[in-house]
Amino acid sequence: MANIITDETIEYVGILAKLDLSAQEKEQAKKDMANMLDYIDTLSALDTEGVEPMSHVFPVNNVFREDVVTNGDDRENIILNAPKVKDGSFMVPKTVQ
Amino acid sequence: MTVNLMSLTAVELGKKIKAKEVTVVEATKAALAQIKANDKELNCFVTVNEEAALIRAEEVQKRIDDGTLTGPLAGVPVAIKDNMCTKGILTTCSSKILGNFKPIYTAEAVINLENAGAVIIGKTNMDEFAMGSTTETSIFGATKNPWNTAHVPGGSSGGSAAAVAAEECSCALGSDTGGSIRQPSSFCGVTGMKPTYGTISRYGLIAYGSSLDQIGPIAKDVTDCATILEIIASYDTKDSTSVKREEYDFTSALVDDVKGLKIGIPRDYLTKGLDPEVKTSILNAAKALEAKGAIVEEFDLSLVQYAIPAYYIIASAEASSNLARFDGVKFGFRAKDFDGLHSMYKKTRSQGFGAEVKRRIMLGSFVLSSGYYDAYYIKALKTKALIKKAFDKAFEKYDVILGPTAPTTAPKLGESLSDPIKMYLGDIYTISVNLAGLPGISVPCGNDSKGLPIGLQLIGDCFQEKNIIKAAYAFEQTKKYDRCNIAKSRD
Repeated sequence: MANIITDETIEYVGILAKLDLSAQEKEQAKKDMANMLDYIDTLSALDTEGVEPMSHVFPVNNVFREDVVTNGDDRENIILNAPKVKDGSFMVPKTVQ
Repeated sequence: MTVNLMSLTAVELGKKIKAKEVTVVEATKAALAQIKANDKELNCFVTVNEEAALIRAEEVQKRIDDGTLTGPLAGVPVAIKDNMCTKGILTTCSSKILGNFKPIYTAEAVINLENAGAVIIGKTNMDEFAMGSTTETSIFGATKNPWNTAHVPGGSSGGSAAAVAAEECSCALGSDTGGSIRQPSSFCGVTGMKPTYGTISRYGLIAYGSSLDQIGPIAKDVTDCATILEIIASYDTKDSTSVKREEYDFTSALVDDVKGLKIGIPRDYLTKGLDPEVKTSILNAAKALEAKGAIVEEFDLSLVQYAIPAYYIIASAEASSNLARFDGVKFGFRAKDFDGLHSMYKKTRSQGFGAEVKRRIMLGSFVLSSGYYDAYYIKALKTKALIKKAFDKAFEKYDVILGPTAPTTAPKLGESLSDPIKMYLGDIYTISVNLAGLPGISVPCGNDSKGLPIGLQLIGDCFQEKNIIKAAYAFEQTKKYDRCNIAKSRD
């Protein structure tokens, strides 16, 4: 079964992925995703009826600790990596009108 | 000085340092000289930590002299894959989006190495965000295979594997999500190991597919790998998937004794797609182990063809979520021209990520999206459960599963990226090991007619690293470590 990826789907996935693809990239993405899904569809031949989905190979439990701060204030060093800083804070474009 | 220090294994060099035959500064300088001589051509390193490494070497020497550092790797020059955070040292994931990122903390596995006295000499090249099998998707350009520079070193830990083979470091750390330690080790003729999931803390490892990612050693031999593993493995409350193991001893398995060890070869690993020269070499390795008293037989593992599609669903889904943090706000690259916050996110990500990373984020977003989640993501998790069950069944009968690490030797540069699915198929023998959380090791077992190395993969049951270390060590005794010409040229 050949998968066909529509412009709408690519548009929608682009929104989910927060990616702004060029027209050329979109065409390529349509092709790549369709090919990949065709390949992934091999899985449909496998009977998984009644199988419990396994997200982790070992039982994963919450790791609890006392609510005590152990790391110090590293504000000055953290901010060194910021693309843009104002008054010791991360600066971003206006988010509310 | 008559001995080329870089020709030694990490443990051999550590011994010489301990015996005061060599100083830590001499060892560090030897690695740096090798990098200077060859790395322009090979491109194994993204960052060489020259100045800091030499200062650190002096400190380590003092602590060896005063008796505080006594471990086997004290003073040994080590390289770290560039997806592990190193405080104050550039950590890029070979991506534009992290091109200027200097972490404010160090990954737990690297801290464990430093506490043992290792000297970090630099950060190695990789496929961008560890997505790839050739180290060609790096923003810093491809790494070349030291055995033949027209070929790829494999990936994604291609920089680490090539650096070990070219003797630009004594050993290295890599990370393995679908074969990213074992496959480049195979292509570069070195030994690389992925331990059981949860054995090494992922704290400070920049996540790709969190349920599959695991750090591990790449070195010249099995002894080095077991020694490094013993040092970097630890239970860590900072990683919620870290496992408290009953024991952290791996080196006691370094014995040349496989009498009675039950080894199974999956018949489904020896079928179409496997290069005949690789097949012959693998079967010869099995014979060598049999001659030492191991019980070797073929069996049907089943489900082999389902591992890659399940992997690409799971890994891409996790990647799409993990890579959401790269948005140009707190660290890394930010696009220049944008119109508002969302436009900034989108432009930053579109300009900051390369094609393969975008491809996987798109696929991951798609398989997790409403309407497709059950058909793809849940289906993949069910497949994973069945694959795990198939291995469980195999390990009821066998101590070790033996097969090739990769179906071919290293392809030529520039041949892989144009056909992603073909490239993905190259991971057929390694990927299921990650899905099932098992330990696996790749050991060099010969060269093909082009002179390119072939890797033998040994897979163990969860927490049974000792079985594969034992089998790998016993096999290694039958075959001397082969150095590439680039390494030999410095003798």
